[in-house]
Amino acid sequence: MDIRVQDTAFDLGDEARAFAERQKGMGAVVTFTGIVRDLDGGDLDVMEIEHYPGMTEAAIEKIAQEALSRWNLGDILVVHRYGRLRPDDLIMMVATSARHRVDAFQGAEFLMDFLKSRAPFWKKEVTGQDAAWVAARDEDEDALTRW
Amino acid sequence: MDVLYFAWVRERIGRPKDRIETEAATVRDLVEELRAKEERYAAAFEDLNALRVAVDQELSDFDAPLTGVREVAFFPPMTGG
Repeated sequence: MDIRVQDTAFDLGDEARAFAERQKGMGAVVTFTGIVRDLDGGDLDVMEIEHYPGMTEAAIEKIAQEALSRWNLGDILVVHRYGRLRPDDLIMMVATSARHRVDAFQGAEFLMDFLKSRAPFWKKEVTGQDAAWVAARDEDEDALTRW
Repeated sequence: MDVLYFAWVRERIGRPKDRIETEAATVRDLVEELRAKEERYAAAFEDLNALRVAVDQELSDFDAPLTGVREVAFFPPMTGG
């Protein structure tokens, strides 16, 4: 398991390739990437991501342990950025490996659902005129009940 | 005890952290103490439904006991991913 919370950018291709290459006996790797989405008007300057150092890493590890206990997974990678990001920057990625694809897909979906609302990150959208905290969506909370 | 604030809770209170001596038995008691401190605290803790709490870096609830606890954090619902 590899969990990284960092302010620096990461290279999706490098991370995905390195993750896939260090798997042994796995038939499937699934990756998901979250990207800073511009506002409808296209005027997002910065997305500021705040987190809770210490708790963040522990919360992600707990979620990852839960995924490992529920599915037949080989390994898990989570990279999540904080700090000031721009539209189209990569915010985060998860990767899972498994002998068969269903475990890898479901494990990745589970990780994403819980990272959304159980890992202590908060997003703020800053435009030229305004700054607003992104509100949690009911759908994201509801998504947890399916697991 | 360290009391931490994140996101708009931090902004509303105007600081990221307080170190306080408290006899509060539960998180809810601690919230009452904080509300009584100053208007900006009362504003931040106006609606507990809009807040989440972590006790010693574990998600918890407002009825959690504070015996032996070193760190409590208040924040809005999380928006990771």
